[in-house]
Amino acid sequence: MPADSVTTSLAPAPVAATNDFVVKFANVNGSGSASANGLFAKAIIRMGVPVAPRNIFPSNIQGLPTWYEVRVSENGHLGRRGGVDLAVALNPQTWDDDVQEIVAGGYLFYDSTKPLPSTKFRDDVHVIGVPLTSICNNAYSVPRERQLFKNIAYVGALSHLIGIDPDVVETLLAEEFASKAKLIGANIKAFHLGRDWARDHLKPIGLQLRSSNAVGDRIFVEGNNAAALGAVYGGATVCAWYPITPSTSLAEAFAAHCANLRTDPDGTKRYAIVQAEDEIASIGVVVGAGWNGARAFTCTSGPGISLMNEFIGLSYFAEIPAVIFDVQRGGPSTGMPTRTQQSDLLLAAYASHGDTKHVLLLPADPGECFEMGAQAFDLADRLQTTVFVMLDLDIGMQEWLVAPFKWDDSKVLDRGKVMTAEDLEAGKPFGRYTDVDGDGITYRTYPGTHPTRGAFFTRGTSRNRMAGYSEKGVDYQDNMERLLAKFHTAAKFVPPAILRLAPQPTRIGAIYFGSTTPAMHEALEDLERKGHHIDALRVRGFPFGDEVYDFITTHDEICVVEQNRDAQLRTLLMVEGSINPARLTSILHYDGTPITARFLSDAIGRRLDARRAMRQIAE
Amino acid sequence: MTYILKPKLHHPSLPTNALGLTRRDYEGKVSTLCAGCGHDSISSAIISASFELALQPHRLAKMSGIGCSSKTPDYFLGQGHGFNSVHGRMPSVLTGANLANRDLIYLGVSGDGDSASIGLGQFAHSIRRGVNMTYIVENNGVYGLTKGQFSATSDKGSKSKKGVVNSESGIDLVALALQLGATYVARSFSGDKEQLVPLIKGALSHHGPAFIDVISPCVAFNNHAGSTKSFDYVREHNEAVNRLDVILGRAPITATYAPGEVREVTQHDGSVLRLRKLHADYDPTDRIAAANYLQEHHAKGEVVTGLLYLDPDATDLHDRLGTTATPLNALGTDQLTPGSAALAKINAGLR
Repeated sequence: MPADSVTTSLAPAPVAATNDFVVKFANVNGSGSASANGLFAKAIIRMGVPVAPRNIFPSNIQGLPTWYEVRVSENGHLGRRGGVDLAVALNPQTWDDDVQEIVAGGYLFYDSTKPLPSTKFRDDVHVIGVPLTSICNNAYSVPRERQLFKNIAYVGALSHLIGIDPDVVETLLAEEFASKAKLIGANIKAFHLGRDWARDHLKPIGLQLRSSNAVGDRIFVEGNNAAALGAVYGGATVCAWYPITPSTSLAEAFAAHCANLRTDPDGTKRYAIVQAEDEIASIGVVVGAGWNGARAFTCTSGPGISLMNEFIGLSYFAEIPAVIFDVQRGGPSTGMPTRTQQSDLLLAAYASHGDTKHVLLLPADPGECFEMGAQAFDLADRLQTTVFVMLDLDIGMQEWLVAPFKWDDSKVLDRGKVMTAEDLEAGKPFGRYTDVDGDGITYRTYPGTHPTRGAFFTRGTSRNRMAGYSEKGVDYQDNMERLLAKFHTAAKFVPPAILRLAPQPTRIGAIYFGSTTPAMHEALEDLERKGHHIDALRVRGFPFGDEVYDFITTHDEICVVEQNRDAQLRTLLMVEGSINPARLTSILHYDGTPITARFLSDAIGRRLDARRAMRQIAE
Repeated sequence: MTYILKPKLHHPSLPTNALGLTRRDYEGKVSTLCAGCGHDSISSAIISASFELALQPHRLAKMSGIGCSSKTPDYFLGQGHGFNSVHGRMPSVLTGANLANRDLIYLGVSGDGDSASIGLGQFAHSIRRGVNMTYIVENNGVYGLTKGQFSATSDKGSKSKKGVVNSESGIDLVALALQLGATYVARSFSGDKEQLVPLIKGALSHHGPAFIDVISPCVAFNNHAGSTKSFDYVREHNEAVNRLDVILGRAPITATYAPGEVREVTQHDGSVLRLRKLHADYDPTDRIAAANYLQEHHAKGEVVTGLLYLDPDATDLHDRLGTTATPLNALGTDQLTPGSAALAKINAGLR
């Protein structure tokens, strides 16, 4: 195969598209490719074209395969599409798979310094060879520079091939290295090294970028960062955590935001962060702080939730506010620590021994991570229990384009039902576990409130309405029934499901949640074009509100889409709503990669085609 | 246990403290532990110490885990909030509570199963983290509530009630606390109130992690011949290195001592700890020497008691974190929520 030119002789017509294609970079982790790939994505955003990049990385620091997939979509489809139009294949370890993924007529960009046998290529793919190693070896003598600048050089070559505005790249480099001015020039030089070579030897390809206004005022942010900011706005003051992928960056972002937003000029901090010895201690600190009236959270992933179970049960039974951000990853056990899944739903919903049920919030993107991240603290105080915010790796650790964060300055934090010293002094009756309002939620006091009134003993053992230890069956059952009533009250507080109606009435429905959302929306458009009219409901909280059950009642066939093996959302719907399982069809994707629009369109389309065929036979 | 309810009336001649409260005001519910349990003596010592220090009962948070010892916070300082949490996890709950409100006094009560077995990790980390607390382990070397299994502090060679000899090494929590950075370390005996009450007073007025290991014989399962945690054994082997008096800032010093016998240490809060030396060679401000002394005497089978280590300049977790003087649980919306203008700036940085 030739190296330094685009070959078209055997290949089908090259893919041609403007502002709508998929580029996938295959790199070796620890080689410095991440910042070059980030620069590539950011440059496209600065040109006003929406982008959804996804970093697919190993549980490793150096030497293993890593990918960066960039979805470019003028129409704003920010889920994964499926398929690759342009592969930037720079990792020999994964070459065969990377080449295989390219769509027919797509492009393969590679480092052509060393010749490869023709069997390494595909006839139906257009090959673009750029001798990156040779270019950089000629330009640089320091080995580290040769490696690092090779990354920026390929961005330069690509900029010529697909039409990235070089001024935008130069501006971004100047911003990124504002504090290290020397590096600005060096990086710009490397960028032009690649760009000039490509300009002299190659023609632009069929995938092209054109400046647009489609990005608007949107921001580009990771879900973990957004959730951490939500925790700041939600009034969280105590954070206890233990490092675990993919939630670590949430705690680190909280620390950074607090340093910026909650630190007085003299260094005094209006927050406290403890890196605990494990997840059990993390949730213990949260429960202790919640008991004492501070807003507290921990962030973790599935293995951490497994460890926290006993404390979550205590929070439920002793009624202590706690917020847990669960950034889900591939399970079970250590599973796939750097891959995404929605497989902790059942674990979180029913965490701990005995009869328990917990409140879940299900954000779909970083925008909702911010909103629900703040709301979780109001809900935890209002409901005096654990509230889970269920992110996943795809939301938490990837940068998403979302509407700017908004905050209503008139909002006051809702501390829930708390008896003050004045209330107690005025003689208001206080029974810690006495339901005076009929909503299952009782009043509490913070420790140290009043010298002679309002003290009670908190315990995980059964108690009567006045918080006195009791092993009487009637007291125990009375309390458990009230906890159930409180859980029903919670359904009114969690964010309601969002309905997306098909353009015409239909009896077909789909239920989905979380990071599936953008791919689902793209698939729904595609299915609509193919004549499948589907009403879709995005679930945002648990316990489910009436609108969820109404939706199920008013549709004949419902596809429940989720990223786990065992159909956990479907199980929750069946169990909590007594739904006939036959009415809920599972569409499942759980290989650890984010779900794609093409997968969804195929899977749901096939199901609905089969249904049509069955009906025709029946008729 | 006793079934007689305590009368609510106080005798008018009961002595009062600086707050005008009597010792009765520091009591809690009637204990449900076995008659003669060492733990009840410790509860009584906590009541005496709090009364003598004139603490406001409701400003003391009583934290515990699970076990006989962990039930006791219900039996003292009834006006204080108590939290009987999860087995072995009291230290993390106490840490969180302390972070939420630095103005309360935190008393953690635990047992040897709770702190040396299931909770050894949390015990260790709460101490190395420097949480401002009084951490009392009511150490009887046995699992009482589950009827007589050895615990991790049971000495090698100690005999169970059923005659089984413990073949595993015992964990010395005092040695651990010293290594981990506790800034007030003591050991005492539930049967020696004269020693124990001042040690608790000193710990409650200490600013930093204070740990007291109180040998507290289990009358039901570990008070027989052959046990190293029985009343008789501890009485015979108790080697007190000093006697402590805690003097509040305002109280006049009346007693007189021979020169060289007494050492005074002033703590951050102004309280003065006056130590009467019982062993001439013991220096409680030298951590390494204290650790060596304890090891040597432990090897001889002695139970060394007294104030074993003190750092009067101790700091706590809040000092290290730099948290505001206002309790975090008292901060309002305006101090916590940065508002829309700050958010607009953040948005601008994300484009």
